[in-house]
Amino acid sequence: MKYVDEFRDPEKARSLLKEINRLVTEIDTCKDRPIYIMEVCGGHTHSIFRYGIEGMLPKEIELIHGPGCPVCVLPMGRVDDCVALAEMPGTIFTTFGDAMRVPGSKKSLLQAKADGADVRMVYSPLDALQLAKENPDKEVVFFGLGFETTMPSTAFTVLQAKKDGINNFSLFCNHITIIPTVKAILDSPDMQIDGFLGPGHVSMVIGTRPYEFIASHYKRPLVVAGFEPLDVLHSVWMVLMQIVEGRAEIENQYARIVPDEGNDEALAAVAEVFELREFFEWRGLGSIDHSGVRMRKEFVAFDAERKFTVPDIKIADPKSCQCGEVLKGVIKPFDCKVFGKACTPETPLGALMVSSEGACAAYYQYGDPARMRELEKA
Amino acid sequence: MNKHVVMNKPPRKRGTLSVKKISLAHGGGGKAMRDLIDDVFVNAFDNSHLAPLEDQARFSLDDLAKHGDRLAFTTDSYVVDPLFFPGGDIGKLAICGTVNDLAVGGATPLYLTCSMIIEEGIEIDLLRRIAASMAAEAKIAGVQIVTGDTKVVNRGCCDKVFINTAGIGVIRENCNLATGAAEPGDIILVNGLLGDHGATILAARGDMILDAPIESDCAALNGLIDALLDDCPEIRFIRDATRGGLATVLNEIAEASGVSIEISEDKTPLRAEVKGFCEILGLDPLYLANEGKLVMVVPPDSADKALKIMQSHPLGKGAAAIGEVGDWDAGRVTMLTSFGGRRIVDMLVGEQLPRIC
Repeated sequence: MKYVDEFRDPEKARSLLKEINRLVTEIDTCKDRPIYIMEVCGGHTHSIFRYGIEGMLPKEIELIHGPGCPVCVLPMGRVDDCVALAEMPGTIFTTFGDAMRVPGSKKSLLQAKADGADVRMVYSPLDALQLAKENPDKEVVFFGLGFETTMPSTAFTVLQAKKDGINNFSLFCNHITIIPTVKAILDSPDMQIDGFLGPGHVSMVIGTRPYEFIASHYKRPLVVAGFEPLDVLHSVWMVLMQIVEGRAEIENQYARIVPDEGNDEALAAVAEVFELREFFEWRGLGSIDHSGVRMRKEFVAFDAERKFTVPDIKIADPKSCQCGEVLKGVIKPFDCKVFGKACTPETPLGALMVSSEGACAAYYQYGDPARMRELEKA
Repeated sequence: MNKHVVMNKPPRKRGTLSVKKISLAHGGGGKAMRDLIDDVFVNAFDNSHLAPLEDQARFSLDDLAKHGDRLAFTTDSYVVDPLFFPGGDIGKLAICGTVNDLAVGGATPLYLTCSMIIEEGIEIDLLRRIAASMAAEAKIAGVQIVTGDTKVVNRGCCDKVFINTAGIGVIRENCNLATGAAEPGDIILVNGLLGDHGATILAARGDMILDAPIESDCAALNGLIDALLDDCPEIRFIRDATRGGLATVLNEIAEASGVSIEISEDKTPLRAEVKGFCEILGLDPLYLANEGKLVMVVPPDSADKALKIMQSHPLGKGAAAIGEVGDWDAGRVTMLTSFGGRRIVDMLVGEQLPRIC
C-alpha cells in the first residue's frame, strides 16, 4: 500500500535498531536496570505487538504499555449504565465495535444484545445520528467513548443534532482526557518511567504544548509518535537520544499529522459541547480528578445521563486484579497472579485484558516479547 | 416386467407457481408446497435421483465403491447477509462449502441434499435465482442435488432464506488426511489470496462504505484437490480456511499435531485492497473467512511439486508456500512480520470487532 509500506520498511528498521543498540551502550542506567519507556496510547500498544517490535528491541529497553486504551479503562459501573440504557424499551443503543465485549458487573453489551436489547455497532457517531433520523419513534443513544481523538467527532455530531432539531438522539458521554492521567502516573510513588511515546492521534487534536509540564516539571522526555512500526522505532530512538544527551523535551516525530498547536476547529467544537467533570473513575487506576468530560448544560437535551436515569453505581475492580501496577510499569502482565488463569480475553477480570489494545490482552494474544527475543537468537 | 412398466410410464407432470411471493401456504404440505418444490427446485436441480421425489434418494453401493473404499458424510448450514454479493450468493456458497468439506478429506463429492428454510413474504423469483445458482455450481463441481426439504416460517422468524446442504462423497483408497499428521519440517501451502470473501461480505453488508473492488473467492475446490492427490498422495492434511480464516486452521493443526507453525507475513498472499480494508477497520486479515481457499501441509520434499500442481490449476494460480512446521512450542503459531519482528497468531476469542481508533 502506497504511503504505508514506506513506514514498514525492514531495511530502515534494521538501521534504526543498530543505532538504538549503540545508544543503550552509552546510557549508564542500562548497566543496572532497563530503560522504561511508556507508550501512552493503546494504538501504539497494538502496533508494537502486531509487528513484534518489542522483541526486536534490545533487552535494555522495556516498553510499559500505558493507560491509553479507552475501552480498557472503562469502569464496570459505566458498562452497567450502558446496559441499563440499552435495555430501555424503544431504544437503539449504538457503540463502537470493541466496546461490545467489555464486561459489566452482570453482562456486556454483547450479552445484552443476545438478551434482546437493540445494540448496534457503528463506525462513527454520525451513523448513530442517521439512525435517529431514520427511526423517529425510537431513542437512539450513542455511547461516546475515547480520548481527544474521538471527542471532536462526537462534539460535531451533537452540534449537528442540535442544528437539525433531532430530539430522539442522545449521547452517553464517557469521553476521557489523557493529560491528568499521565500526571497521576507521574505522581505515583512507585512510578519508574524514563520517557514517553506520546499519543499521535490525541495530539493531532490537542497539539504538543499540553505535554510541556512532563519535560519542565517531571524532567522526562516525551516524543509524540506515529503508529506505523518505523514511527515507533524512530520515536524510541528519539527518546534514547534525549536521555543520552541529558535532555528532557517534548518532540514531535509525527509532524506529518500533528501540528504543535493542535486543531483549532476540533478544539472549539469540543469546548463548545463538553466541560471537565470533577473526577472520573478509571478501571485499574481508580478515580482521577478532571480526567473525564461531560456535556455542558446547553446540551442537556442530548445528554443521556440527564435525559434518562442511569444506575450510576460504582463497582470496585476485582481485588485480585493488578492492572494498576501493570499500567504504571511496576509489574509485567504475566507477573500478575491472575494473568492467563482467572483473567483471559474470554473472561477478562481486569481492564488490560479487555481490548486487543490492552497490554495484557496483547501479551496473551501476541506473546511475551522476551520469549520472542529468545526465539530470535535460537 | 414390472420394472419395464415403471420405466415407460410417462413422466409426472410438474406443478407450476402462479403467485409471486412465498406465503405460509407454501409450507403447508399441500399442493402449493408441491408446486413450489417442482417449479423452483426440481426444475433447477433436475436429475434421475431426485425426479421420483421419494422421501429419500437411493444409490447403488457398487456405483459408490467405484470411487473409493470409505464414505464421507458432512453437513453445513448457510446464513449470509446479503444473499447476493460480489462473486457469489448463498446458493453458490451452499454448494461450494459442502463440496469443499468433502473434498478436503480426500473424498470425491457425489451427492448433496438441499434443505431450505424460507421466510414468509420473500419473492419466489429470488428463490429461483438461488436455485439456478445452486444448479450451476453443482454442475461445475460435478455433484447432484438428490433430495431436499422446504419449510416456510413466519415473517421475522428467519432472515429471508437459510440453506442446509449435507453431502456424501467417497474417499479414495489409502488416503488418510488428518489434522494431527503435521511433522516438524513440513511446509504450509495455500492456493491463493486470502480474506477476499470475508472482506467482500463486510463491505457488501454496508457496515463500511468502501469503493473496494473485492469479490468473494467462493469456489468448489474438488477439482484442484483431485489434481493434488492424484500426483501428490503424500500430502498430510488439507482444510478449507472458512470461518476464522487461515489463523484458525493453523492453530488447529498446531494443536492436533503437537507442533509449532511459523508463517511469514511477506509470503502470505493478500490483496492490497483487503489489506487496506482491514487497516481502516482495525481487523486482521488472517482471521477473515475464505470460501475457496485451502491450507495444506506437505512433507518438505513434496512442497515444490504440490505448489506447481496448484499453480497450473485455475483455482491455484496464486498458490504460495507461506510457512513451516517446527517443534519449538507445541500448539503455537507465530508469524515473522514483514517489519522483521515476530508475533503470535492465536485463536480468535469471539468475533473480530473493529477497533475504536
